[in-house]
Amino acid sequence: MSENRKIRVLVAKPGLDGHDRGAKVIAAAFRDAGFEVIYTGLHQTPEMIVNAAVQEDVDVVAMSILSGAHMTLFPRVKALLDEAGADHVLLTGGGIIPEEDAAVLEGQGIGRLFGPGTSTEDAIAYVRDWFAQHEPV
Amino acid sequence: MALSASLQALLDRFHAGTTTALARAISLVEDEREGFQDFMHEVLKVGPRTARVGFTGPPGAGKSSIVATLATAYRARGEDVGVVAVDPTSPFSGGALLGDRIRMNELTTDAGIFIRSMATRGSLGGLATTTKEVMDLMDAFGFARVLVESVGVGQTELEITAAADTVVVVLVPESGDAIQAMKAGLMEIADVFVVNKADRPGADRLVKEIRQAIHLRAGSALRDVPAHHGVDLSRLGGAGSARAVKERPARAEPQGWEIPVLRTVAQSGDGLPEVLEAVDRHREWLTKSGELGLRRRARARVRVQNVVDRELRRLARHTAASGGRLEHGLDAIVQGAETPYSVAREVLADLLDPEAR
Repeated sequence: MSENRKIRVLVAKPGLDGHDRGAKVIAAAFRDAGFEVIYTGLHQTPEMIVNAAVQEDVDVVAMSILSGAHMTLFPRVKALLDEAGADHVLLTGGGIIPEEDAAVLEGQGIGRLFGPGTSTEDAIAYVRDWFAQHEPV
Repeated sequence: MALSASLQALLDRFHAGTTTALARAISLVEDEREGFQDFMHEVLKVGPRTARVGFTGPPGAGKSSIVATLATAYRARGEDVGVVAVDPTSPFSGGALLGDRIRMNELTTDAGIFIRSMATRGSLGGLATTTKEVMDLMDAFGFARVLVESVGVGQTELEITAAADTVVVVLVPESGDAIQAMKAGLMEIADVFVVNKADRPGADRLVKEIRQAIHLRAGSALRDVPAHHGVDLSRLGGAGSARAVKERPARAEPQGWEIPVLRTVAQSGDGLPEVLEAVDRHREWLTKSGELGLRRRARARVRVQNVVDRELRRLARHTAASGGRLEHGLDAIVQGAETPYSVAREVLADLLDPEAR
């Protein structure tokens, strides 16, 4: 592994809800953990998110969804990532997501989803562990 | 210099114009991964072709917004555009928060635009160590334009001149007076000045000060001022003035570039067509005057030096660490038996002539 290798994460805020506090908190926490975080702002469409993920060659896409549209948005972004040849990217996220929904999404190849009250350390540790096992060549 | 199988595959996909291959090639170079120099060697065999435009100025001056607008204008002409946006790496965590895309969201789904965010990763010149290489990659990939946006400059981050053919310096009325820009060396690097947020108080004053500062540098600050006693020197006819014209040194001929100072309001788009026009005009001047070749040559010089420096540094680190020499040396230094200089001398001797030991 190159000594210059950094974990690159796209923190994305899809859909119409304007609550970006969670996204900003996690973006800052990831930066403080030594990750390179690309933050694109509010109201991103799945197409915008996937295009940015491809151009930035990120390892991880972390989406914050508080609108209840997670069952649509996560599978849609996952499908577009696969289609774009970026199936090696970890798609994870957080928000108001019931456990049973999270379980269904995990079954579709989406990573762990974090609910309210998660400590930022948990999310950081999760991304670090995933990266250690999956670092692309 | 043969490429590994995986890098050869990447090169083939790169040459086929695959976006994911460009994105991965940039990571390869940015991380200085195994074999990246050989990869670059293959990619750069076409030589520089694209028009490289750099944008610099203090944080919050509106660089990203201006870049986004210009990129849209180039797209409207049918030109493909690559954008490199550099933001600082935190010196505390080594992480970075790269937010320039926020101002470029409308460009994200245009297949003719490729935006890449880079963290400085400890480099202090306003760009990342490998930003110039990333621009080379975009050039070789076939973009007609490559726009680069530096970290918001303080007073010495001027590496953009080694990366771009045309440098646009973006200031705002709040940037302070033109003396601040002169201190920072911005007067020397600007090909085009933009005073953004020009609807705010102080814009007129700043524009005037920059114009004066430019003319001071050109030695023509007083050219519009009449001579003493109402004698207009330029109207003095006869042999004297003809000789004066003939003896004027070649460098002062009007084929030189007059640096425009433009006012914009990036939010509303006011003044941006003029910026586009000025950048075009500068490009034309670069080509006609032969300056483009000179700048590319100067850039090539810096690039070679950078590669040599980087390799030397890597070799020196490797040599110092090999055989535990450095670790032994540290103990000796602490005990007073050696000094940093004597240990360094040994490392260098070994580096220059490994056979001697």
